[in-house]
Amino acid sequence: MILGRLTSARNAALLAVLALGLASVPLWAPRFWIYIATQALIFAVFAMSLDLLLGYAGLPSLGHAAFYGVGAYACALLALRQVDGLFPLLLVGGVAAAIVAIPIGALSLRTSGVYFLMLTLAFAQMLWGLAVNWVSLTRGTDGLIGIPRPTLVGLDTLEISLYERGAFFVLCLVVAVLTFAVLQVLARSPFGKTLEGIRENETRMRALGVPTFRYRFAAFVVAAAIAGVAGSLAAMSNGYATPDLLYWTASGFGLVAVVVGGTRSLIGPVLGAFVVLVAQLGLSTYVDRWELILGALFIAFVLFVPGGLVGLVRRT
Amino acid sequence: MDVLNLAHGSFYMVGAYIAYSVVVATNNFWLAIVVAPLLLAMLGAALEVVFFRRLYRHGHLAQVLLTFGFTLVFVDLVRAQFGPTTRSVPPPPGLGSAVELFGATFSSYSLFVLGVAIAVGAFLLLGWRLSRVGAVLRAGVEDKEMAGLLGVDVPRVFTFTFAFGAGLAGLAGVVAAPEFAIYPGMDASVLILALVVVVLGGLGSIEGAILGALIVGLGYVIGTTLFPQFAIGLIFAVMAAVLVLRPSGLLGRRS
Repeated sequence: MILGRLTSARNAALLAVLALGLASVPLWAPRFWIYIATQALIFAVFAMSLDLLLGYAGLPSLGHAAFYGVGAYACALLALRQVDGLFPLLLVGGVAAAIVAIPIGALSLRTSGVYFLMLTLAFAQMLWGLAVNWVSLTRGTDGLIGIPRPTLVGLDTLEISLYERGAFFVLCLVVAVLTFAVLQVLARSPFGKTLEGIRENETRMRALGVPTFRYRFAAFVVAAAIAGVAGSLAAMSNGYATPDLLYWTASGFGLVAVVVGGTRSLIGPVLGAFVVLVAQLGLSTYVDRWELILGALFIAFVLFVPGGLVGLVRRT
Repeated sequence: MDVLNLAHGSFYMVGAYIAYSVVVATNNFWLAIVVAPLLLAMLGAALEVVFFRRLYRHGHLAQVLLTFGFTLVFVDLVRAQFGPTTRSVPPPPGLGSAVELFGATFSSYSLFVLGVAIAVGAFLLLGWRLSRVGAVLRAGVEDKEMAGLLGVDVPRVFTFTFAFGAGLAGLAGVVAAPEFAIYPGMDASVLILALVVVVLGGLGSIEGAILGALIVGLGYVIGTTLFPQFAIGLIFAVMAAVLVLRPSGLLGRRS
């Protein structure tokens, strides 16, 4: 008990140091690295939401990027219709993704294991096809471009613009920390514990009278909503939304981030997201064959570091 | 084999590129159709022994991640070697003409592809049902330990099967080379379709895979004619509908 409290205190201290360290990035890092860190934080929010599914609920989704993409498109469509304001634009991504997740979750959750994996993949590819082909709404493969970043309502007097150096990074950091906190609370709540119970032994939980489908479904929709918010951030950050956001490789990279970092830890996916993004964007500036290196890195992780980065720390 | 291999599309892609290289070097398509499957079977066997074998115990997620890593590696290797541009292979001499059949016109190469597909399908079906290797494999998937206790060298059978599957993917790549464009990224499109086919038909059922392929193929053609923009969507919609009604595919057993 005391030990548990000590380690959790130590963890909290570590997290605080990590967050503060990240918060200082805009002060010293070159612009390019602020950009990479911003992208990594957005991806971290996405990866954390996937960890809720994969780690806590034990649902291996290979189509999670669908919700990320839906969020990005929802935000883009609204922003291009001259809607301003940070909160509406962030929320619309989450809400849109949650709405899309309702039918997809209801259908996919009827299956399990590989079939769940394939079904989520199929739905995600369907939405990708929609994004490519519904040209009148999505502009096809060109994507929606020229999405403005919102002004910060309430901070107008300070005249802080999200285009200022580091400002958008701080916004992403705030969203990431909030996501972490919300998911942490959720994971430790009776809801999270029930999800873990269902993951470990569904038959038993059902025998105990737990409506297992409803729990899984709730987890699916919540994870989708968070992924949608991440999508909104991505759309604002990049200024565009393209079908690539929904492509299955994006879901694959999400899974990789979660597993490289370590499942069921929330901090793991954040680390994993940074590893993947730094490898992706950082390596690609210096070497041509970055995909090769990235692929080899994943292979090595799956084979030699099954617990992920967090598992390495836990073991020592 | 109960292995989820996302790199299977890569085998197909590599097969097509081998066909391209062989045809460029020797101008002999028939040499390619022999060499590529053999090379890919060897590659498959090597990958199985070194990597995949360790993961059978760890479930599908680890397999997804490992093979996702391999798809990145293969695409990049192909890009490094051949560049990002699209390549093509001419149909072999004698199969470049058009043939009149049942009042419709087909290219003779399409008929050749059809013949190969039927031959492979029949071979697999009979092999799976009637041959010793098929029986051993069925036993190995069903209960690895029991099959091992009965004296079956399960690891060797698995290596062989994996190599065989890789070789077939390579064959598909060679056969597809004159019909479709060859480019880095062709692996993903075929992989997703193949997964849909297999899941639609039911995992672990060769009849199911054949049935699934027919449905997906016909669905795609019909979809393209009726509403070209959403042909892919139609296929996924069919798959989703089937899985909702029959969660383990048309001919699959309960998972």
